[in-house]
Amino acid sequence: MNFLAVIGRIVIGFLRAAGRLGIFASTAVSHMFTPPFYYRSLIRQMMTIGYYSLPVVGLTTLFTGAALALNIYEGGSRFNAESALPSIVVIGMVRELGPVLCGLIVAGRVSASMAAELGTMRVTEQIDAMVTLSTDPFKYLIAPRIIATTLMMPFMLVIVADSIGVMGGFLIATGKLGFNPGNYMTLTMDFLEAVDVYASLTKAAVFGFFISLMGCYHGYYSTGGAQGVGISTTNAVVSACMLILLTNYMVTEMFFAS
Amino acid sequence: MTDTPKISLTGIHKAFGPKVVLDSVDLDVMPGESMVIIGGSGSGKSVTLKCILGLLHPNRGSIKVDGEETVSLRGNDRKRLQRKFGMLFQGGALFDSLPVWENIAFGLLAERKVNRNEAVEIAVENLRSVGLSPDVAKLSPAELSGGMQKRVGLARAIANKPEIIFFDEPTTGLDPIMADVINELITQRVKEMGVTALTITHDMSSVRKIADKVAMIYHGNIIWTGSRSDIDNSGNAYVEQFIHGSAEGPIHMEILKE
Repeated sequence: MNFLAVIGRIVIGFLRAAGRLGIFASTAVSHMFTPPFYYRSLIRQMMTIGYYSLPVVGLTTLFTGAALALNIYEGGSRFNAESALPSIVVIGMVRELGPVLCGLIVAGRVSASMAAELGTMRVTEQIDAMVTLSTDPFKYLIAPRIIATTLMMPFMLVIVADSIGVMGGFLIATGKLGFNPGNYMTLTMDFLEAVDVYASLTKAAVFGFFISLMGCYHGYYSTGGAQGVGISTTNAVVSACMLILLTNYMVTEMFFAS
Repeated sequence: MTDTPKISLTGIHKAFGPKVVLDSVDLDVMPGESMVIIGGSGSGKSVTLKCILGLLHPNRGSIKVDGEETVSLRGNDRKRLQRKFGMLFQGGALFDSLPVWENIAFGLLAERKVNRNEAVEIAVENLRSVGLSPDVAKLSPAELSGGMQKRVGLARAIANKPEIIFFDEPTTGLDPIMADVINELITQRVKEMGVTALTITHDMSSVRKIADKVAMIYHGNIIWTGSRSDIDNSGNAYVEQFIHGSAEGPIHMEILKE
């Protein structure tokens, strides 16, 4: 009997959390498309999320692209397939590693910062103060963050991540592995298809949405002071990373499952 | 003065799970009156205030503002109601990402009633009215002392020219002299603006300075209401114990005794 009660409690708790998240997400989305829009807040978020994430995203993908090139060259040489290196690097980076690595880095950087900032605002009554000043926190705090992350991920960060990742492979291939630069670029461009880029940008937008949603959701419902804010921040990063990996599979299936 | 109360609470009940915080609160605040609710920690003062402000929804009961039922108000109707309110939060609840002037003019800017230059002028004017120099306008809230933060919070509460101002423990955490300065400012501003004020506090010097009427809340019920001059002759054992701060009396603190 107790065992059943425990299972029942877990299921009810899960359904309650899922329902609350669903309501939060639909409210947030509806506020993204209805005025008033706070452009100053949106631009500030775009700078924080997009521009200031560029160095860490660029460095990560540069070294990942370089390591990928080395691995493929060494692995490919076992069955005389070294020449496939440019095409595998570009497809690997654009379809998979660029968006996923960028998503995980932004989840760690941005989702945590959103949860901590909104969580602190919640426990210090700043969000309540906003309501008493006739301002909807969904409009002023949450919608700009979700719009900014959903736009900056595909149109700034993942484009840069994909390009720098391919560049990392190019530098190692031409500088260390003896590839001709012209041939390398030709092979890279020949094997890259439009659908690879569309898939990469779609993944980035989906990841951006979930990263900001998780950061805002956990921060907005923070309770219990400093410890509560810490728990919210951890939950935001963990849930954002899990959703990135889950939706990465789903988008890949949608674009490439034949 | 009209016969319709500015704020009227009838049978307000609020519980968090099994814990009943407000049992059945009945309270009328007349226009232009300064009502102070006193009571110990955990007696339901803050929850009463948050129910009136719409930050919490009572489980049952009626809250009327200017005769209009407000419990069920949502969206634009709630926003219209919020414009009547100003609030000074216990911890100030200043937005720490914004400078002081933007904090004060936040409501006006968010509703696009003024441009940014006009907002600075209004903020400086309101800073002067609470005894702060214009230099403070450009500082961030983190650079202010506790007393200055309270005064900026007061300036923010009055900037939108509200009809009703709520004060949540306005003197908590301040030294006695600064507490008296804040009490004096509250009294001056409330009288000058002709607004209705509702304050919650357990600081008896605040009560004696700013109250026209006093209500005592205990275990989620208003157990006594009277004018400020009646408080020392209330004939109510709970009120007498509270105003004298005595450990002996009908109010028992929840302290485990071995």
